[in-house]
Amino acid sequence: MATAGTEIKVTPEIAAEHGVTRDEYARIQQILGRDPNITELGIFSVMWSEHCSYKSSKVHLKRLPTRGKLVVQGPGENAGVVDIGDGLVAAFKIESHNHPSYVEPFQGATTGVGGILRDIFTMGARPIAILDSLRFGEISPVKGTSAEDAAKNRRILDGVVRGVGHYGNCFGVPTIGGEVGFEPCYSQNPLVNALALGIARKEEIFLAKAKGIGNPVIYVGAKTGRDGIHGASLLASAEFTEESKQKRPNVQVGDPFMEKLLLEACLEAMQTGAVVAIQDMGAAGLTCSTMEMASRGGTGIEIDLAKVPQRETGMTPYEIMLSESQERMLLVAEKGREREVLDVFKKWGLDAVVVGTVTDGGIAKVLNHGQIAAEIPAHPLAEEGPVYRRPIAQPPLRHETPADWFLFAPEGTNLTANFAKLLATPAIASKRWITEQYDTSVRTNTLAGPGASDAAVVRIKDPETGIVKRALALATDGNGRWCQLNPRAGAMHAVAEAARNVASSGARPIAATNCLNFGSPEKPDVMWQFSEAIDGLTVACEELGTPITGGNVSFYNETLGKSIYPTPVIGILGILDDASRVLKIAFRAEGDVILLLEGAEAIARAQHAAPLEGKHPSETARGFSSSEYSKTIAGIVSGEPPAIDLAAEKRLIDCLVALASEGSLQSAHDISDGGIAVTLAESCFASASSPAGARHAEPVLGATVKLDAAGAPAEHALFNESGARCVVSASPTKLAAVQRTARQYNVGAREIGKVHLGNALRIEYKGSAVVDSPLDSLRGIWANSLENTLAAK
Amino acid sequence: MKFGVVVFPGSNCDHDAFYAIGNVLHKPVEFIWHQSEDLANCDAIILPGGFAHGDYLRTGAIARFSPVMKSVEKFANSGGMVLGICNGFQILLEAGLLPGAMMRNSGLRYICRHVHIRVEQTDTPFTNAAQRGQILTVPIAHNDGNYTSDEATLAGLEKNRQVLFRYTTPHGPDDAAGNPNGSMNNIAGICNRERNIAGLMPHPERAVETALGSDDGLVIFKSMVEALVGAAKASA
Repeated sequence: MATAGTEIKVTPEIAAEHGVTRDEYARIQQILGRDPNITELGIFSVMWSEHCSYKSSKVHLKRLPTRGKLVVQGPGENAGVVDIGDGLVAAFKIESHNHPSYVEPFQGATTGVGGILRDIFTMGARPIAILDSLRFGEISPVKGTSAEDAAKNRRILDGVVRGVGHYGNCFGVPTIGGEVGFEPCYSQNPLVNALALGIARKEEIFLAKAKGIGNPVIYVGAKTGRDGIHGASLLASAEFTEESKQKRPNVQVGDPFMEKLLLEACLEAMQTGAVVAIQDMGAAGLTCSTMEMASRGGTGIEIDLAKVPQRETGMTPYEIMLSESQERMLLVAEKGREREVLDVFKKWGLDAVVVGTVTDGGIAKVLNHGQIAAEIPAHPLAEEGPVYRRPIAQPPLRHETPADWFLFAPEGTNLTANFAKLLATPAIASKRWITEQYDTSVRTNTLAGPGASDAAVVRIKDPETGIVKRALALATDGNGRWCQLNPRAGAMHAVAEAARNVASSGARPIAATNCLNFGSPEKPDVMWQFSEAIDGLTVACEELGTPITGGNVSFYNETLGKSIYPTPVIGILGILDDASRVLKIAFRAEGDVILLLEGAEAIARAQHAAPLEGKHPSETARGFSSSEYSKTIAGIVSGEPPAIDLAAEKRLIDCLVALASEGSLQSAHDISDGGIAVTLAESCFASASSPAGARHAEPVLGATVKLDAAGAPAEHALFNESGARCVVSASPTKLAAVQRTARQYNVGAREIGKVHLGNALRIEYKGSAVVDSPLDSLRGIWANSLENTLAAK
Repeated sequence: MKFGVVVFPGSNCDHDAFYAIGNVLHKPVEFIWHQSEDLANCDAIILPGGFAHGDYLRTGAIARFSPVMKSVEKFANSGGMVLGICNGFQILLEAGLLPGAMMRNSGLRYICRHVHIRVEQTDTPFTNAAQRGQILTVPIAHNDGNYTSDEATLAGLEKNRQVLFRYTTPHGPDDAAGNPNGSMNNIAGICNRERNIAGLMPHPERAVETALGSDDGLVIFKSMVEALVGAAKASA
């Protein structure tokens, strides 16, 4: 047949250079009934790359729970969609952009944010919030991290933060939450996961299914250039080596202004009613969008590359099909109404060109100046790619002895100095230096921005009337250190904590999205971690009623053969039926009672306390050695994550949602990194940092708390990170109501202290003060640590 | 009475300004596309925040050439009320409707946080409902808010009482400590000599409801409404 661009004769060796194995090559020959030309090989190689095809993860992902009564669209589309009432739906998804962000931190992060925003508005939803979940190597020289590495990690962090900020700020969507973590394993492989949320009317959701034979296929947005060719297949689907820096040209360049125009133009074009389907061009660009639209719609597609707007001259069909130039969309319009669509894009000053048509017969035909450049059956390409059941092998059990575990300080030790050190560690310290570089208030929906509540909370304005009724809460979580020690339990904790965070803002968790960051799937122990994590997510999401509606898998997070900690990051969406009932972490009034809510307690108070009492001290140490305190104070990372009790988590979540809707709480802040001591300190700090608090100079609020846990060392009581716990405060007049509701949900609600006027935080343990410090000095350490560290050259 | 909110390609606070006036103050408001030369009989024009034309070249540098700006200039020169917020302020500077220029924030980073600004003058249509010396808590969100001008211009601004808002600390009086971006004389917002054109870097439209952390920005829009009501009465 006559094909353009066939100068290069395809051989299995050239296929191998494209990351296509011999078996895969044979399968390509079988699907085509002949040898592919170079363009076709390029198309197969990106479509069948790990990044686009999920070939190693598919068999495991099937186990995840994806259904629920509020789920309108589960995995498989550009984003998951859930019903949020009053005819509205929320579209949300999290995605990784890890490798590009290491090669070129600023552009890697911008295009990560750009990509996930496009996924949201491709569904017809207007984006209203971004969260980012970031992991970096250590930013100060500590055990295992040289001064040089620390400096490099600071530069990566700076570039990523500027990149995330640049895109969201210009695009006009607030970046209001997420988390930042630091571990040596991310030094050569930072994680940049971005989550976006949008809302739409339920009947106005768009899908990426080409329909209607003869309908025109329209290309819109930025011109196609040579940037990002093989970004997905080569950059995201292989581990890093010394040569990876040469892959810098494979990183795409983001233009948030262009994307803002694309957003407004797409939403306006959708309103005309002339748009049938739409798909963004992200990973694998024009290839993925054409092939997937045809495959999903059960149709064929024919496009002519000569019509594709091009930034550079002399591009080959191979380059055009594989370019990952950003800010582009492909849409199918109703035949005869293309003018209406084209006019909208013209108004916004964007290229919009009819490049082809939807055809019958299931063949995707790519022409170049009328000559066939590629001709591939769309469905087999998109849906019948390779699926691997990779070997799984559990690594040998770690043989640890008490000598490997944290050694508790003797009773009576004053822990204030250690506590101050903990507050300064970047994982715990205030992230203000980062979050102030993000626009957090644009769109005037932000009810709780970074650090104000355990979750980010945005109110929902009705798209037509502007009337506000409900709010949405979002939180992300993922503890790589725990997953490294026990991937199943670590994954369960990630779900539990994200859900608990959402509930601590007063919202009912309803759905989840996941970003699974792992090492090479070709390593059996990595696949074991992956499989275990999937099982953990499955159990936890089922138990907590949060089906997974989408997300992505990022494999090959390794450099020079060393994998990152397995890091499944979970984003959980919750709904607050009354937007005025948002719970925040700040203590609010002198005299308020501080209570410890414990999901595990009421039902199993005896059992819960008893094992700790009866436990061999070294067992307590084992569960504590995975904590942030153990890592920061003793440099010990070992043992096991805390035991997880999903039923207890569920009770606590339900209780918090009920308490919020009754309006009986003044504040809520869950216990997580750094334990109850950090929770209490943050609730004090936050009372002085709200805009209103600063302005009216409400007196500084402190707290005095008395803890008592028979048998456990003080450090355990203050800094252990076991789940299903939340610190709340309530006015004394509401105390009885809080306790009544807690009883109803079988949740323990123990009075542990009081909010008081004055500049002091005092925590007593078994009658003696173990932390006793002026708040402003603690606050200063916590508030400025990150900035001081990052200012170091 | 009708407000107009200009939409440039890249404006991203247009909806927020529209919402503040239409949904919070319940006053008539409409969008005006940047290619329109017709201001739709609006009585006050708002140039909203955002990144008009991507802020390429320089903030506001391309937006000033949008067709709508000719009409805005004519409207302003005949006494019409024009408020530029953030990027809108930058556009007014580039268009020469207000004096001075913006430089990159002194810390060379984008900053978003609540700041405190003191109302310096109340004899303008933008501040007549405020008290002189009143301190407002309003968010900023910008990269280029470092207001700069030559000495003569700065002296003129002070002499003619054109500085409407100055950054300060929650209770004053240490203005420099509350200045987030290094602006000269801690300037957060100014007006022209005729007092019908104003620009400010903070976002009053983001501070119109206590649920958002502050409703202090309302006083600016209320002032504009009062000025329009007063003008309507005067001409009746």
